[in-house]
Amino acid sequence: MTHYLLSVIHAEGLPHLSEEEIQQSFADTGVFNEEIKASGHWVFAGGLEPPASATVVDNVKGTNVITDGPYLETKEQLGGFWVIDAADLDEALAIAARGSHACKNVVEVRPFQGLA
Amino acid sequence: MPADDAAVLAPGFADQITAIVRAEHGRVVATLIRRLGDIDLAEDAVAEALLAALERWPVDGLPPNPGAWLTTTAGNKAIDRIRREGKRDAKHTEALMLIDDTPPEPTGPVTDDRLRLIFTCCHPALAPENRIALTLRLLGGLTVGEIARAFLVPETTMAQRITRSKQKIKAANIPYRIPGEEDLAVRLSGVLAVLYLIFNEGYLATEGPGLRADLSAEAIRLTRQVATLLSDPEIDGLLALMLLTEARHSARVSDGVLVTLDEQDRSLWDSALIDEGHALVRRCLAANRPGPFQLQAAISAVHTDALDASMTDWSQIVQLYDQLFALQTNPVVALNRAVAIAELDGPGVALAIVERLALESYHPWHVTRAELLRRLDRRDESGAAYERALELAGNEAERAHLIRRLDSLRR
Repeated sequence: MTHYLLSVIHAEGLPHLSEEEIQQSFADTGVFNEEIKASGHWVFAGGLEPPASATVVDNVKGTNVITDGPYLETKEQLGGFWVIDAADLDEALAIAARGSHACKNVVEVRPFQGLA
Repeated sequence: MPADDAAVLAPGFADQITAIVRAEHGRVVATLIRRLGDIDLAEDAVAEALLAALERWPVDGLPPNPGAWLTTTAGNKAIDRIRREGKRDAKHTEALMLIDDTPPEPTGPVTDDRLRLIFTCCHPALAPENRIALTLRLLGGLTVGEIARAFLVPETTMAQRITRSKQKIKAANIPYRIPGEEDLAVRLSGVLAVLYLIFNEGYLATEGPGLRADLSAEAIRLTRQVATLLSDPEIDGLLALMLLTEARHSARVSDGVLVTLDEQDRSLWDSALIDEGHALVRRCLAANRPGPFQLQAAISAVHTDALDASMTDWSQIVQLYDQLFALQTNPVVALNRAVAIAELDGPGVALAIVERLALESYHPWHVTRAELLRRLDRRDESGAAYERALELAGNEAERAHLIRRLDSLRR
């Protein structure tokens, strides 16, 4: 089994969703979450507040500097994530496909180090 | 084996061993990967087994089944290595237990380890160019240098590409199996592209002497297996294309010199392969779902229909190239189309098309230019183009052909 990070990417160029569609995607994501809990793939998941809510901490050199975030000013933003446990990449990709369809966002699948 | 068998191997035994190793590489590596669950470990073990073969075979003579010898030896080398390096994690313990000669559990219609490996190497999570590179390396047993040449990139770039691909397979846990029914069709097109490139490697080796018929036969064998696994006109198209190309194999080289299609002795063509290829093309036409491989097979069918080169239906070939270009708009298709245009509308028209294509690093572009310039009696320019082609071409039979052309220009 491998742990995978499924990052929900808020990418530019995706079709704009109506309020109704947004509510539907929340509901679908809730159903999806319950499904992967039931199937034993769920490890952890969460949605994130907008990037403007981020704060950057740099204590690399021992002199802590705190600045307003986000650290990376990018057009694509991390909107949330799942951490799942899957048998292999094919299983992770199939789960990610369902998650992407439910939350109406692009999902990036990335393995954690080791075979924990 | 008695030591006097070594005499059998004495003249050019290294070439003989290299040829055997090439033919067996894919099978041995694929089996080792299944047993060890680790590509790098499998590759290292196979490399060690090859060294052992180079050492033992000239002394002991060829084993009765070189492939089985390599597999067993590589398996033993892997066990040695795991013990030596003290890698006793769960995975390797499991690998040690799996090292035996029992056949794999049947998992579906196809149990060939090489197909498992192909579907892993052609996984959509890998970049397309990496899929081909990895398959050529692991299944085809090509060297990194040969693959780099086929891709027109520096060897270091190709080495990095292959290393990163293997790292991704490991890190992302890309499975080593034939995909399930729901993914099979999607994964297939990538596999077909890879099989075709392997076939071409065998058909016209990128480096060294002669043709590598073993790779072509291997590509045909694997394509036939894929055809039994799945029904898709593009598989039939690819198989037909391979068969119709393979059918001309004996006529393609004479005394170490490449013979171009128009000059080939057509009585040497394999009529059984041509019949099979034509039957597949007819089946594709009936399916009426044209794709790139089917169109190329149809072009090949038109060529192999002609009793001699002058009877070739060039207008039909140009039409098929037009359809192919609509599906695959790339300069290599445009170049091949231009060759047909030369027969239909003359070398001047074709040259104008060829000159516009940005293919300076692709040696067939220089060969085509040289040929068209020769027919236009622009001898100096033609000679320069042949010389440039010679600088880029690695295949000995083709080089011999180009040198002969160059000599005839200067006569």
